[in-house]
Amino acid sequence: MNLMKLSFSYLRRRLLNTLLNVLLLSIGIATVVLLLLFTYQLEDNLYKNAEGIDVVVGAKGSPIQLILSSIYHVDSPTGNINLGEAKELMGSTMVAESVPLSLGDNFRGHRIVGTTTQYLEKYGAVVAEGVLWAYEFEVVPGAEVAANEDLKIGDTIFSSHGFSESGHTHDDHALTISGILQPTGTVIDRLILTSVETMWGIHEHHEHDDDHDHDHHHNHDHGDDHHHHDNDHGDVHLHQHDRDDHHHHNEHDAAAENASAGHHGHHHTHGRTITDTSFLNADYNEEQITSMLIRYSNPLAAAQFPRFVNENTSMQAAAPAFEITRLLNLLGVGIDVIRLFAIVLIFASVLGIFIALLNSMKERKYDLAIMRTLGGSRFTLFSLVIVEGIIISLAGGVLGIILGHTAIEAAGSLFSEAQQFEVTGFVFFVEEWAILAMALIVGVIASIIPAYMAYKTDIAQTLAKA
Amino acid sequence: MLSLKNVQHYYNSATAVDLPDLILNSGSETLILGMSGSGKSTLMHILAGLLKPSEGLYTLNGTELYSMKESDRDQYRGRNIGIIFQQMHLISTLNVFDNLKLTQYMAGLKQDIGWIEQLCEDLDFTEKMKSYPDELSQGQKQRVSIARAVVNKPKLLLADEPTSSLDDLRSNDVIALLKDQAQKSSATLIVSTHDQRVKSHFSSVVNIDNIQIELV
Repeated sequence: MNLMKLSFSYLRRRLLNTLLNVLLLSIGIATVVLLLLFTYQLEDNLYKNAEGIDVVVGAKGSPIQLILSSIYHVDSPTGNINLGEAKELMGSTMVAESVPLSLGDNFRGHRIVGTTTQYLEKYGAVVAEGVLWAYEFEVVPGAEVAANEDLKIGDTIFSSHGFSESGHTHDDHALTISGILQPTGTVIDRLILTSVETMWGIHEHHEHDDDHDHDHHHNHDHGDDHHHHDNDHGDVHLHQHDRDDHHHHNEHDAAAENASAGHHGHHHTHGRTITDTSFLNADYNEEQITSMLIRYSNPLAAAQFPRFVNENTSMQAAAPAFEITRLLNLLGVGIDVIRLFAIVLIFASVLGIFIALLNSMKERKYDLAIMRTLGGSRFTLFSLVIVEGIIISLAGGVLGIILGHTAIEAAGSLFSEAQQFEVTGFVFFVEEWAILAMALIVGVIASIIPAYMAYKTDIAQTLAKA
Repeated sequence: MLSLKNVQHYYNSATAVDLPDLILNSGSETLILGMSGSGKSTLMHILAGLLKPSEGLYTLNGTELYSMKESDRDQYRGRNIGIIFQQMHLISTLNVFDNLKLTQYMAGLKQDIGWIEQLCEDLDFTEKMKSYPDELSQGQKQRVSIARAVVNKPKLLLADEPTSSLDDLRSNDVIALLKDQAQKSSATLIVSTHDQRVKSHFSSVVNIDNIQIELV
């Protein structure tokens, strides 16, 4: 027998009330934990993915939207920019490095990003198996995409237009998986990467499919011997390097013919050769890309470059560091509201525990007097009630922390929006000890008055009334 | 030895209780007989160390109870004085066994399971050890409350109206049990009652009618 056992025996007697108070407190604590886990991980992810990117240049529009779409790959891009114009910025002395991004397609909801290998270097991404793209229409999925969609080297996939699975499928151009990336813990894991030219290639067809307009203003010759020729069916026939006939060849012929009766073209798995600079060919100057991730050559550029872009071009420059802060400030309002809600819940549970203990003091008056006659001191009785408050609040605290982690883990794996930011319930922060300590204080505060009443119990008077 | 000398207690400016002087030998058995409202309870509370009298001197085995610090008095009481109340007042959230363990715990004594089991056997409720108070009959509760009063082997055993709600047969049983248990722990036994039936069991009877004084 000890105070703990004795306290438990009283809590057990009013089990429902005890559970209610534990639950109430745990929901309040869970909300606090949820906020903590969410904001810390969000901030961490926001800054981690923006490392090495001083500024993003894209079409004019909302700067936050540009940052979200180009760095985190959520939200739609602000539009496209002209490659010719972008190239002028790439040549600026203020720019140390610029990585092009071409967005607009997805495979089963995973965004396909046309870029260069510099993009992978930025995130330290390397191939786990296979090789990076060397030809047009070769793609390299991130680790998570490959795992989720069970993609293997040599598999072919078809992209859909837009950013959701429901988009129009570009079923006339198979993309071949040439390699799979190792996990990086960054946004790259959830993307499918390819060359900028692949993105152009896909949409070239798309346009043709849509309007059957054969007026090719794009020149697709770039160093290979085969001249791109228009054909009557609006198909682009890409003969490439006279490679040996591919075993996919016939299958794709059949598939294409079945899928679209009007097209009789056959598709080669390999398109044009791709290098990191091949997209800079002057022939592509009229093509479009979505944005550029730029690293400055010197710190002074941070002051001059964005202003130059915003004032003198049809494009905009948005600095991630600034926009992330702005975004977090915007989110902060919502977070404050939820935090207030958590405080109200915790306050309600303090009141709940207080009232429950106060009520139990009335029915327990004789018990307390008896314990005194048995040799218990005033302080023993005081402690007994405090221990009860602490048991409830610690149970609420521990349950709340478990609930909070479970909720964030569930949210992280259930909602695709949360998935983008890689929130997980399997991380613990030192602040959670502070939350547990707060729960403890809550228990002490709630029980201190009832405990004082127990302390003040007049034994003789109480027993005389029995 | 128990001694009560010139003890008075004022409840308020209008009511006071003037207690008779008592000198009782260790191991003696005394009946305090008085009508309800006669001040019996005040006497019992003072003897139990639960109520500090306004005036006078009370010593138990050479210890002056009311000159002690309150928490020391609580512990002294837990270890040396066993009390049986008219209402049994067992802790309802604990089973019989835990009620007895609680008694040792509250007195700051070692929790001696063997001794508790022996006591349960002696008082014949071993089969009810795991039962909660509300599962016990009135007689069983009475025996458990006697066990609780003697579990710490007190030097003074106080029983307040132990027989008032019992029939003659039971009443005799309870008095016999009390005497038996008091003897086993060589305790001084004081029974307070208004129940005239009990009188015949005691050689030493103190009548305390009219000890309550109206001051005004």
